[in-house]
Amino acid sequence: MARLPILKTPKCLVGGAFIRSESGGVYPIHDATGAFLANFPQCTRKDLRNAVEAAAKALPGWAARSAYNRGQILYRLAEMLEARAQEMAEALAPGRKPSADALREVHAAIDRITHYAGWSDKFQGLLGSVNPVASPHFNFTVTEPVGIVGVLAPEERPLLALLSLLLPIITGGNTVVALASHSQPLPAILLGEMLAVSDLPAGVVNLLTGNRADLLPTFATHAHLRALSAVADARERTDLQTGAADSVKRVTLLPSESPIDWFAERQQGLYHIRDFVELKTTWHPVGA
Amino acid sequence: MASKKPANPARELLFGDLWEFDPAPESASPHIAPRYDLFINGKFTPPRSKKYLASISPRDASKLSEIAIANAADVDAAYKAAAAAFPKWSALPGAERGKYLFRIARLLQDRAREFAVAETLDGGKPIRESRDFDLPMAAAHFFHHAGWADKLAYAAPGRSLAPLGVVGQVIPWNFPLLMLAWKLAPALACGNTVVLKPAETTSITAMKFAALLGEAGLPPGVVNIITGGGDTGHAVVTHPTAAKVAFTGSTAVGKAIQRALAGTGKRLTLELGGKAANIVFEDAPLDQAVEGIVNAIFFNQGHVCCAGSRLLVQESIADDVLRKLKLRMRHLRVGDPLDKNTDVGAINSMAQLERIRALVQSGLDEGAELYQCPASLPSKGFYFPPTLFSNVTMSQRIAREEIFGPVLSILTFRTPDEAVEKANNTDYGLSAGVWTDKGSRILKLSSELRAGVVWANTYNKFDPTSPFGGYKHSGFGREGGRQGLLEYAQLV
Amino acid sequence: MPPRSTASLRALILEAGPVDQVGIEERVQKYATRSIKKNSKVFALKLAVSMLDLTTLEGKDTPGKVASLCRKAQRPHHTPDIPHTAAVCVYSALVRHARRALGKSPVRIASVATAFPSGQTPLATRLAEVRAAVADGADEIDMVINRGAFLAGEIALVQDEIAAVREACGQATLKVILETSELETYDNIRAASFLAMRVLRNGDFIKTSTGKTSSNATLANNQVMLDAIRDHFLATGIEIAMKPAGGIRTAKQALTFLVAVKETLGDAWLTPARYRFGASALLNDLLRQLEKERTGHYQAPYSFSEASGSY
Repeated sequence: MARLPILKTPKCLVGGAFIRSESGGVYPIHDATGAFLANFPQCTRKDLRNAVEAAAKALPGWAARSAYNRGQILYRLAEMLEARAQEMAEALAPGRKPSADALREVHAAIDRITHYAGWSDKFQGLLGSVNPVASPHFNFTVTEPVGIVGVLAPEERPLLALLSLLLPIITGGNTVVALASHSQPLPAILLGEMLAVSDLPAGVVNLLTGNRADLLPTFATHAHLRALSAVADARERTDLQTGAADSVKRVTLLPSESPIDWFAERQQGLYHIRDFVELKTTWHPVGA
Repeated sequence: MASKKPANPARELLFGDLWEFDPAPESASPHIAPRYDLFINGKFTPPRSKKYLASISPRDASKLSEIAIANAADVDAAYKAAAAAFPKWSALPGAERGKYLFRIARLLQDRAREFAVAETLDGGKPIRESRDFDLPMAAAHFFHHAGWADKLAYAAPGRSLAPLGVVGQVIPWNFPLLMLAWKLAPALACGNTVVLKPAETTSITAMKFAALLGEAGLPPGVVNIITGGGDTGHAVVTHPTAAKVAFTGSTAVGKAIQRALAGTGKRLTLELGGKAANIVFEDAPLDQAVEGIVNAIFFNQGHVCCAGSRLLVQESIADDVLRKLKLRMRHLRVGDPLDKNTDVGAINSMAQLERIRALVQSGLDEGAELYQCPASLPSKGFYFPPTLFSNVTMSQRIAREEIFGPVLSILTFRTPDEAVEKANNTDYGLSAGVWTDKGSRILKLSSELRAGVVWANTYNKFDPTSPFGGYKHSGFGREGGRQGLLEYAQLV
Repeated sequence: MPPRSTASLRALILEAGPVDQVGIEERVQKYATRSIKKNSKVFALKLAVSMLDLTTLEGKDTPGKVASLCRKAQRPHHTPDIPHTAAVCVYSALVRHARRALGKSPVRIASVATAFPSGQTPLATRLAEVRAAVADGADEIDMVINRGAFLAGEIALVQDEIAAVREACGQATLKVILETSELETYDNIRAASFLAMRVLRNGDFIKTSTGKTSSNATLANNQVMLDAIRDHFLATGIEIAMKPAGGIRTAKQALTFLVAVKETLGDAWLTPARYRFGASALLNDLLRQLEKERTGHYQAPYSFSEASGSY
């Protein structure tokens, strides 16, 4: 007689802990065969608020990590994912044998993590500057994290797109509250488990699942979120920008109407980090 | 011992009239026309609205000129001209675009005194500042950005730059010509064309500048300058042709613009208000700190978004600093901005004067202690004496709201952590000041203060090579330097 | 007794507080932008004349040169209303010639003493020189501090020597030359100002320079010392006077220095008893500008004689 397997209850990574929604709400997801897969947390605006608190708590420590240390932690994450690539590929297409496409996505995700691990101690020098001012002052501009950043991931490429959005943010020293793909939340849940056992400090990345329309207004208006990164349709873009205006958020949007090639070189790099750093200019007199 | 203590222990210095300075009015002519039309497609064009507004000099409340009010059709004409000029202008070799900017810089230098007088008459700032700061700095911005025009390939490692298209720009009344330079120079260097609107109360130097563009030979339509009030500004920022909007002004209007642009896909940079903390530690060079405090809050009558309007003094030296500050304020010369010896000139407008008065009244109502310079103010015009509030707490309006006037709120702190905590306890994040002799403390505070510009042992310094802009509700985007340049280009 | 410093130079600087170089140089630039016109200009030019320590400090000085200097000090110009200078300033050996030339004139006699300009003789020698100058009729003694000892950190020694010279002065006013160019930093100048002021009497001076080194009085040095005088006055009530010396050659420069006095110490210091200029060529330019104001025409330099070149 076949053994009855233990099913894993999906939980969201918030502040280093695995949570269900405070509301108790869930939504069911079925696999490719149509079979019931699991009930995923239907996170609410209160869960989002709690996640922002967790991200806020983690921010000073993460921002203060040395660039080298952040790079090593990111690389460690790549190691975790590489080791569990097969499992992640299965999560990308539950109920089916992992396709070449799923594996390709996992491998691209790993390479993307490695890419940003290498950026951690380089973007500062390229985005900052020493400025040759005309007065007798030493004047320099450095990058600093913008703060807590909200991410709204697209439905497609639930691993690669999510990572493409959040990696430049954490590379820049920010902390993140991200809403995963609604229709394919499993990779985000699994990623959360990997993040939890990587060296990434608790609260740096917080991953929620749930109904996008419910959470979007709170992402837009929560004043402590200092920036947003989202793939969004026209209506959502307007709503996000409108809501963001009251707290003067930096908003980076990709339209979801036209397909995005998440594998493209363009979807990574220095200028994605730039979207989530502040530039601080310091002046000091030069004298004896 | 020969030294005797004076009978009266209350030691006061006498800043009297033993040697009074005679009036020293700047005599250069500002060449202000009785009426200014809109500058569209290289020509001065009467507004379709047929309406003009009176430009009032805050120096004596007299009418200086009439400024055209552009309506939506005028704004549309300006955008059409800018859009028509864009293909040719953006296709010019960078070196050629740069040469126009170099020319503009030189022409501004040639006529700096005339422009300075116009700026002072129009806006009320002391001639010493318009002559020694606004004009040289405006020219320097054009000169600096001129050199970028053919070096854009070096601005963003790994990418090349392309212009955005037509840029809509709305600038404030505190540094009218300088803000015009901050906005135009990088936009033009990157190959954009521009529709710019100066502030309602200070349009004169922008219109004089428009005339100067003809002398520089700038192709028609590359820069269009249209004037008017809030409605005109709204039409500029919401026009569908604008690929990017750049705004400097109040946080309230900035938020409204961000809201108005929601969903349009237009780029936006905002340089908004501030409530900067100027932090003085007990080991600071105190006399220079006092000078810095004065410069931080009374420069340009405090009409400075990055003004050091909250003074945080370490408790151990609070009395000393306050005493020195009051002494220093006693020989600030307040009055006719056209007098070369004036340190603090006229408040830009009656509306602003009323706002300052209301906030100062709120400070009194909330129990803060007021000190004002003993100054006899001119009977005509809009003036407000340099003002200190001590015994201020973080919850009072004068400690939280941007006053945009010569009013300083003084608070105390005990430890560096407390200073940072108080400094950051605001929605704003444009600038901050730190005064201490300890180098490592400067660097620590600089990294902990959530502000885009930190002046350490100095204040209110600006340079075209140095990025300027805010954190949090003080806006986003930078102006100046390579970072500011990139706000006017797309990466390809 | 005022407190006597026995601690190190470092402690003295900590106590006096630092000075930011760029900040103070920026501050004094603002004085230079003051526009002094018409009556206010005439007033200031005359005030500057009355504040002059008309100086000759040359190896080639003779009794005849000193006598001619004294005549010029008493009556700088033939036009009326031009005040006499505050003092003449000569080497100690020439004090008696100055006294003979000046008699009971209100022009005071200042003498550099204490092995001017280096100060590098034994203290006893320096004190003897001071006593001799006072005995010969000097009203004021311009001493140099022991810069070597100051820079070596022997600040108590420096202060003790100042106190000893002060005692040797008797009733004569003492001017303590810090020789700012050899102290080099503004921190040192401020510290040395306090070191000296703490053993000075009401009305004694601190002074920038000997005029014998590469750089002399500057607006910034002057400001550091004015700030120190103000702080000392507010703390103790003692009014220390100030004398910039060397390098002030033009009326425009002198007016800028006076603006600094007006805006730092106020009206009470705008008097020869509280502020002096150590200069020689300056007088002729002051007179030339006064003539220009009087006549409305620019004047030729040769109308103003006896420019001497020691400062």
